[in-house]
This record gives sequence, structure tokens and C-alpha cells, in this order.
Amino acid sequence: MGNWVVNHCFSVLFLAVWLGLNVFLFVDAFLKYEKADKYYYTRKILGSTLACARASALCLNFNSMLILLPVCRNLLSFLRGTCSFCSRTLRKQLDHNLTFHKLVAYMICLHTAIHIIAHLFNFDCYSRSRQATDGSLASILSGLSHDEKKGGSWLNPIQSPNMTVEYVTFTSIAGLTGVIMTIALILMVTSATEFIRRSYFEVFWYTHHLFIFYILALGIHGIGGIVRGQTEKSMNESHPCKCAESFEMWDDHDSHCRRPEFEGHPAESWKWILAPVILYICERILRFYRSQQKVVITKVVMHPSKVLELQMNKRGFSMEVGQYIFINCPSISLLEWHPFTLTSAPEEDFFSIHIRVAGDWTENLIRAFEQQYSTIPRIEVDGPFGTASEDVFQYEVAVLVGAGIGVTPFASILKSIWYKFQCADHNLKTKKIYFYWICRETGAFSWFNDLLTSLEQEMEELGKVDFLNYRLFLTGWDSNIVGHAALNFDKATDILTGLKQKTSFGRPMWDNEFSKIATSHPKSVVGVFLCGPQTLAKSLRKCCHRYSSLDPRKVQFYFNKENF
Amino acid sequence: MGQIEWAMWANEQALASGLILITGGIVATAGHFTQWYFGAYSIVAGVFVCLLEYPRGKRKKGSTMERCGQKYMTAVVKLFGPLTRNYYIRAVLHLLLSVPAGFLLATILGTACLAIASGIYLLEMNSTHSQESVFLGSPLNPCSSVSPQTPACRNAWELLGGCRPRWAAVRGEQWTPIEPKPRERPHVGGTIKQPPSNPPPRPPAEARKKPSEEAEAAEGPSAGPQDNPIPVTDEIV
Repeated sequence: MGNWVVNHCFSVLFLAVWLGLNVFLFVDAFLKYEKADKYYYTRKILGSTLACARASALCLNFNSMLILLPVCRNLLSFLRGTCSFCSRTLRKQLDHNLTFHKLVAYMICLHTAIHIIAHLFNFDCYSRSRQATDGSLASILSGLSHDEKKGGSWLNPIQSPNMTVEYVTFTSIAGLTGVIMTIALILMVTSATEFIRRSYFEVFWYTHHLFIFYILALGIHGIGGIVRGQTEKSMNESHPCKCAESFEMWDDHDSHCRRPEFEGHPAESWKWILAPVILYICERILRFYRSQQKVVITKVVMHPSKVLELQMNKRGFSMEVGQYIFINCPSISLLEWHPFTLTSAPEEDFFSIHIRVAGDWTENLIRAFEQQYSTIPRIEVDGPFGTASEDVFQYEVAVLVGAGIGVTPFASILKSIWYKFQCADHNLKTKKIYFYWICRETGAFSWFNDLLTSLEQEMEELGKVDFLNYRLFLTGWDSNIVGHAALNFDKATDILTGLKQKTSFGRPMWDNEFSKIATSHPKSVVGVFLCGPQTLAKSLRKCCHRYSSLDPRKVQFYFNKENF
Repeated sequence: MGQIEWAMWANEQALASGLILITGGIVATAGHFTQWYFGAYSIVAGVFVCLLEYPRGKRKKGSTMERCGQKYMTAVVKLFGPLTRNYYIRAVLHLLLSVPAGFLLATILGTACLAIASGIYLLEMNSTHSQESVFLGSPLNPCSSVSPQTPACRNAWELLGGCRPRWAAVRGEQWTPIEPKPRERPHVGGTIKQPPSNPPPRPPAEARKKPSEEAEAAEGPSAGPQDNPIPVTDEIV
């Protein structure tokens, strides 16, 4: 529990502040429009829905300002770098930028719904009072003509009783931009659901660029000044407190109350979104600039099971373990950038990624590199991004669990630990690593196999065989494989992988593993790191709690939910 | 781009449009706006669209995640056969349903969204047709690729759904329900009580071949049915 609090207290605080600001802005704007004398006459026609619409509009401005910021990944990297004095837990919150982006998007959807419903009621009220002939205050106010000499001090945007609300919606700037914004928002949201994002990424990526229309429409949404309040001058002359009751006598000469005059509320959305839009434009320019820098591909390795390894060099590129980069291949697709975890260690003089076939783009990329006789396609790189997983080096005993494709970041970590160990780096507190690799079949990860083999050899040469203790679990086995393995039981290396460590079949029994580790290291602090599915995270967390001794001096397991 | 199943996105969009139609309809009816009866229609149309689109169809490639509790609606949607399976019919249906809601401001957003969903369904049909235009060379009998259960195409009804014409046979651009796989109950401990009735499994082919090859190469003593790991000499000359 303490662990959860330490890891999450900053996010909880941040979200509480954000929600609090939303509530504050909503209530503040609501009260302003509900109580202010300036809008007294407007409220006479519209009622409370005016305040509702304006309050949600303010929240929409606030959230539209926030929504562009979490996706400026270069800006976030900059913040991460400059705030290196801050604790790692704080900086790790920057990794949750996309979660925050989604939360802000949900808030925008909610406030859009409130805003539209309130305005539907508003338009209906305006329409009714325009058509009313009962001489009430509302109908007189609605009758204030649009052709006044002062350029129109009207209140009701519906100019004549014959005008329908649909006509006003589609001919006023506010209405038209509102419709455009809402349709863009809906299309963005439906194409951004997890299912569509994971299955057809291009649909999500290209449709999401409709945000340009959203932002442009938002900027000019309020230009028409359709929300009207009484002018200062008019309030001084004929304050509503005095004059509202005597509205039948406004046109009389001897009455000291004159017809109220109204002015439109100026557009203010652009003030909220200007700065983030500029930041985002800078971000895109920076991404473009970084992508134009030359990337030299030093080595291309085609591993079995169609896994492509690219070793590259770029001037000024420096990485840390667990980070990822975005790559773009203009010859395949000009606009698509895809993220890949770095599989090289910072100590090496190149950086590498391993690419597996997972869709259209990756398939085309691997095919392009397979052509031996044509020129190597040009690659553009942006990054690296992500908080480094430096915590791994801080634990005396580290338990690393990689499931399926989750094994990729561990390539970088294991290599780096090995380099640090070789140079007897003092920052490395790790004395022992337990590595668990769980996958259905090793075919796609045979490149990782090679890494483990080479680590095995190097450890033997240095005489430190027990530094790295790894176990491989194959969950997709059948009786053929098992029979074969049983037959070759006495061979020195495993028949499936060629490693010295024999492959186990099925899923690991975590209770056994944890109790073994607890008995072998009775006084250590053990860090458990996982890159894999949620269900596995749950079972590992449970085991950590169960096997941590109550005595703080004895073995303690800390589960780290690393964000790979 | 060729592998994008637009129908999946159209499904999400149509579901969202259904919800928007319901919301707009409720607002119009509750607020008693002018011509509020369009709002009442919109609620009914929205509910129908939501129920129709809730069960997610099966993807052609890869596994599909079901929506929570969709198996009940899947059974109902399957009942209507080609009316609900065929994406053309869905596209036209959504377009027609969206028109009356366009007369009221409160529901016009639902109209626009549903019309867009209809357009995306048509996009799906378009993209698959352009893929198959290459295959439309041979003048096959339209029902020649049909499964044995539906031997002949008797009318347009069957042509659309039952008997799969050649232009749908290859890609199958229709809504296919996600069927639950029958769970194989593992017989735990089934053989523990009885001794094994089969002989022990034979080693894999490679292990079997090598000793026999070595035996042949070394001109081993016996070439009988059994391969002896230790050379055995026959006393009888």
C-alpha cells in the first residue's frame, strides 16, 4: 500500500488539482452569468440555461488549452531533462501524458454535451419569444431590431418570426463552427477507441488530424458576439433593477428608463488556445527538423522469423535504458511515425531497434530491407522518449519478468547491466539478476536468444556464472516438443534454444520462485520489474506482498510497474 | 490501406450516432421543442441503431474483442439474416433512418453522424469491390462457389446473403458474428486411475533415423525390426 501511495500520490494530486480547477471555473462562470445584472435581460428570455452554456464554454476553453500539451513529446522530454533534480517518481508522471490527454478529451466531450444541450434550450427559448405576441418583456426584448443606428443593439439573434433555429444555426458563425467542431470531435473519438487504434492505426492517426479543424473553428466560434449583455452606458442610464418592471413604458418620453442596449461578448477562446497552438506548431517543426538529421544505418540484420534489426548512428543522439524512439520511412509512408523500444545499451556506440511484423507498415519496411540489390531506404528518427528505467540498477537483487513482446526493453537493460558489471561501475548495486522470459513460442524472439547465449558465454569467461540466472517458459507447447525435450534430457544445451539453461513448459509457479529467492537472499531488497500483461502484474504484486517479510531488515520485494 | 476494415470504424461511428440520436431526442421531447415528435422518432431510431450495432462483427484477420454482454444481441441480429448481415443494406438503412431526424435541430447532429457512418460502410464495400475487380474476369455461374447447403440461387434474397455471389465470396464483406468456442473440458486425472493402455510414445523421427543409419553404415549385425543401441552379435553363423 505504501508503495502505491509513493508511486501514485503525485498523479492523484495532479488530477485532483485539474478536476478542482474544472469545477471552480464551471461554478464561477455559472454564478457570474446567473447573478450579474449585465445579463439580467438575457436571463429573462433564456433562464438558467444561459449560465449553463457559458460555464461549460469556459471549461471547454480550459480543456482545449490543456489537450494539446501532453502530446508535445519533445517539450515533455525537455521538461524531463531540465527537472533532473526532481525525484524520479515525479518525472515518471510525464510518461502518463497520453492517459491525461484521454482524460481531458473525455472532459471536453462531457462539456460539449452540456454546452450543446444548453444552447438547444437557448435557441428554443429565443425562437418562442420571437414568435410571442403577448407583449411580455421577453417578446419586447426580442423585438429589438437588428438595424439600430448604433450598429445593432439587439438581444435575440433570431431576426424575424419566420426564421427557423436551423437557419440561424447554419448561417451564424457560432452555429456553423459549432457543428464543424462537434462533428470533428465525434469522428476523432470514434476512431480513437482502443480497438480501432490497435487494429487499424492509420485510421486513428489520419482522422485525429481533424483536430486542426476543431482548433480553427474554436478560435472563431465566438466572433459573432451572439451572447449579448447590456452595455455599460445603458446600465448607467437605465439599470435593470429600476427599469425592468416598467418595460411597457420604455418608449414613453417622460419615462426615465430607456430601451436597454446590448453588445456582444467578444470572442475569448483564441486567448486560451493561442499559446498551446504555438507550442504544438513548434513541436511539429522540431520533430520535422530532428527527422531531417542524417541517420546512418551501420548494420542491418535479418533474424529468423522475420525480425529486422537496425543498428544506427545519429549525431548528438544519446539514450538511456528503457527508452523508445519513433521512426519514419518516407519511401513507405511520408506521414507515419511508429514507436520502437531501443534494444541497445547506452554503453554501445550505436543504437538499435528490432522490428517484428505487426501490420502493414512493418511488413512493408521489412520487405524493403530484404531487397538486397536495391538501395537501403532512408530512415528518420525522433527521440529518444520515455523515462529511463534506472531503478533496475538500484536494487541488490533484481527480478525481471518479460512476457512476449515485453522482453524487448530487457534487451537494453540486460546489456547495460552487463557492461556496468564488466567495468565494475559503482552505480550498479545489482549483485544478482533473476530473469524470467515467458512466451508462446520463441520463434519471433530468437534474436533475444542470441543475446542470452552471448551473455552466457561472457559470464563463463569472466567466471561469474551465477550473476545472471534466467529461465525461459514456453506457454505454447505440445506433446511433440515435450517428447523431444524428454528424449534429449541429458544433453548439455537445450534443444529448442541452444542455451545452457533448459526451457520449462507452461507458466511459472510464482510462489515457488519467490520463496526460493526469499530463502537465497534473506536480507536483501529485491526489485521486481515486469513488462507484460495486467493479469501477470496482479499476480506478481500479490506475491511481492506475500513474500515480503514483516521485519524491514529481512527480505523485501518491491514491485515496480515500469512503463515500457 | 488495403487491409483496413472500414466496417469496424463504421460500427463504432454508428453506435456513437445512435447514442447521440437518443440524447438529442430526449432533449427535444423533454424540452417540448417545436416539432418535438421528431425527437420521439429520434429516440426510437437511436435505440434501434444501438441495438443493431452493439454486437461487434468478427474481423477478417486477427482476433476480435467482444463488447461486454454482446452475445445476447448477437443471437437477435443473426435472426434477421441478410438484412443485418449485408453492409450495403446497413448503409442504406442508416441513411434512411437519419433523414427524419434532420428536421429538428436537436437531432441534426445524430443525422450527420449516422450519415457519416453510412458513408463509411459504403467505403468498406467500395474498397473490397475495387480489390476484387481483378477477380471478376471469368464468367462463372454466380452460385458456383456456393456451399452444398444452398444449391441454387432462387431469388434476390438468397443472392444477397444465403448464396454467396462471386463478388462476396473472396473477402466476405458482411457482418459475421463472433461465435464462442466450445470449451474443451480438460479431463483431469482421467488416466491416473488406470494404467496406460498404449505403448510408450516412440521417439521422434530424427532420433529413430540416426541409429539405423549408423547401423547400416557400419554394416551392423542385424537388420531386423528392432534397432539395438548396443551391437548384438548373432551366435548362429
